[in-house]
Amino acid sequence: MLAGFTGGVHPPERKETQSQAIEVMPAPKKVYIPLSQHTGKPAKPLVAKGDTVKIGMKIGEADGLISASVHASISGKIVDIVEHAHPVIGSAPCCIIESNDTEDWASDVQKVKNVDDLSQMQLLDAVKEAGIVGMGGAAFPTHVKLSPPKEKEIDTLIINGCECEPMLTADHRLMLEHAETVIEGAKIFQKILNARDLIIGIEDNKKDAIDIFKENGMTVAKLKTKYPQGAEKQLIKAILKREVPRGGLPMDVACVVHNVGTCHAALMAIRYGKPLIDRVLTVAGDGVREQKNVLARIGTPVSEVIDFCGGFTAQPEKIILGGPMMGIAQYSDDVPVIKGTSGIVLWNRASIPDEGPCVRCAACVDACPMGLMPTEICSSVKNRNFEKAKMYGVLDCIECGCCAYECPAAIPLVHYFKYGKSEIWRKSKK
Amino acid sequence: MEKVEEIRRSFIVSVSPHIRSGHKTSTAMRVVILALVPALGFSTYLFGLRALLITIISIGAAVCSEMLLQRMLGKKITIGDGSAVLTGLLLAFNLPPGVPWWMPAVGSAFAIIFAKQLFGGLGYNFINPALAGRAFLMASWPSLMTKEWLSPVGGTLSGIDGMSAATPLSLLKNPANYGDPQVIIRQLNDFETIRNLFLGKIGGCIGETSVLFLLIGGLFLLFARIIDYRIVLGYLGSFALLAWVLPTEGSVLFHLFSGGLILGAFFMATDWVTSPITRKGRWIFGIGCGIITIIIRIWGGYPEGVSYSILLMNVFTPVIDRMTRERIFGEQRKRGVKR
Repeated sequence: MLAGFTGGVHPPERKETQSQAIEVMPAPKKVYIPLSQHTGKPAKPLVAKGDTVKIGMKIGEADGLISASVHASISGKIVDIVEHAHPVIGSAPCCIIESNDTEDWASDVQKVKNVDDLSQMQLLDAVKEAGIVGMGGAAFPTHVKLSPPKEKEIDTLIINGCECEPMLTADHRLMLEHAETVIEGAKIFQKILNARDLIIGIEDNKKDAIDIFKENGMTVAKLKTKYPQGAEKQLIKAILKREVPRGGLPMDVACVVHNVGTCHAALMAIRYGKPLIDRVLTVAGDGVREQKNVLARIGTPVSEVIDFCGGFTAQPEKIILGGPMMGIAQYSDDVPVIKGTSGIVLWNRASIPDEGPCVRCAACVDACPMGLMPTEICSSVKNRNFEKAKMYGVLDCIECGCCAYECPAAIPLVHYFKYGKSEIWRKSKK
Repeated sequence: MEKVEEIRRSFIVSVSPHIRSGHKTSTAMRVVILALVPALGFSTYLFGLRALLITIISIGAAVCSEMLLQRMLGKKITIGDGSAVLTGLLLAFNLPPGVPWWMPAVGSAFAIIFAKQLFGGLGYNFINPALAGRAFLMASWPSLMTKEWLSPVGGTLSGIDGMSAATPLSLLKNPANYGDPQVIIRQLNDFETIRNLFLGKIGGCIGETSVLFLLIGGLFLLFARIIDYRIVLGYLGSFALLAWVLPTEGSVLFHLFSGGLILGAFFMATDWVTSPITRKGRWIFGIGCGIITIIIRIWGGYPEGVSYSILLMNVFTPVIDRMTRERIFGEQRKRGVKR
């Protein structure tokens, strides 16, 4: 029996790029680096228009407790700091860097360090300095997750190698091609957290990755291929049979979860002094000529990544940043790749189906991995009864989209939940 | 540059998820209808073309009344979703094959207009429209609804050789009216009778006689996950258990195979709209149907209780849903503490 959780769905995997080795995309001529690429406060800019920057130079400083620094991903000149299209929040202030066609690194980076000599605090600082955030998509500042309050003891560090989103294979490729750095990064996290156990969770559709990690002496939890296996709470439940309490965090059940990409990025930062200036992402869908896994600089316009993959096959109707289940549809291909961009999905055909009446088939109830009754929440939100929506647990919704995926009446449930949440938050702020 | 502008204008921006399972309400309705076709075919063989014609009239009336009412109310016409066809089909399945031609039409019109559309249409009706239509006909013309039986081809109304005075459940209810009670009861529980019940060589409502053909369709729906196993198992399980424990002259198999139980448990209790959406609620709903059905059969005034048990549980559905709210992930519940 493979470990699991209640609910979930089985969308077609369509992992067509899983045998496509990661290709390094050349540095673009211009990058657009948003000061906000993470959960929390945007970074404070450290540079001004006209400044010269080198690769890896910090251009935005983490502001406050939950925030992350941002770094220049190419060397050149800051041509402007202005509002620019942003893949998650519509638009946001961006540092625009124009390349000087050199690969000059900032002087304080690219020094190989002996990791074993560093203390927990030094390691944590290095993670923070490098602007590492969760690479699975949510982009939560990693150093915050690595410094739980003293009273919270962490016994298990779980590494998330599920990549349960259909079509995406970036994490899979990273696990295959850089298993050692992932493991080493994970062990550093384990050291920082003082965690007794280190477990990597991988879905059983990635047998090659499971084998590699086993060969390297890691404890691997082989998980059922089911969406959303990679959701933090569901992953903890499947591996440790522990349930994160409502409104709580993984540390409440003595564990912390980090994505494989985050481990890799952290090791690159600690050992080689390389801040988070690039990431692996999957480019897939019938809208792009060559489906690929690409290592692209942070700030690269999506349009250029698509050009690197041979360009559009036709006039696309939909561009999604992230995967098909939770990704965000873009209104423009000007948006840059940011730290949380796990993939670009392009489709030549897309439509918005007509919403029908709910027939109470309960498919949403059966699919919900959070034990919610999506249709009840939906009707509460439609009636603007936000108290009732809250009572039914709208704030527990992880927006995985299982309910809307299954709904035979094509009700855009996630849309109503997002709206309901924002209304509740707006009211509580008043 | 112009090309870029053109591309930019055409992107569709919609909320996630961007893929869907492809399940559709209308497809599900069609699959349920398809699952009932074997039973309909068998009934046509059993009771003749009349059974088929009654069914066609019932479906026609259901579709026409939905269309006319929606047109009158200025609403979008939704007969394409297949739900009206299913209502008409299920109502016909609940009628004796010998009823007058106008009855299915009146019943269907009532079902669609009063039980479904006046409550807001598909998804908003609180009781199963087909069963509401049947209850209406039963209350208005009780004698027509309980006497117009037809004997099946090559069989008898009761399933017992030479006994064509009543259906099996009527015989069980009042055996003394038809001969020596002890003999009749023994014959009812005979292997021969049970076999006839299973195959459907008995009298009864158009769609309820053949357990075999209903099971073919019903199990298909179960495996296709269109109907929920909790309701079916809860219903049949509690019913069988009580038929075994409670004082009744009929054997468990006799009770399971007679009347409209299989039709009800697989095709009507499982109606999406009128059954609970919580997992626990679906068990309670099924078990409740089983309990009420056997109570009516043993102590009630009617020989059969399937349709009233489902209607009653339909009424309880909102309460069941409220009381059995799913446990939210990470929620700690204390015993005895009301949420």
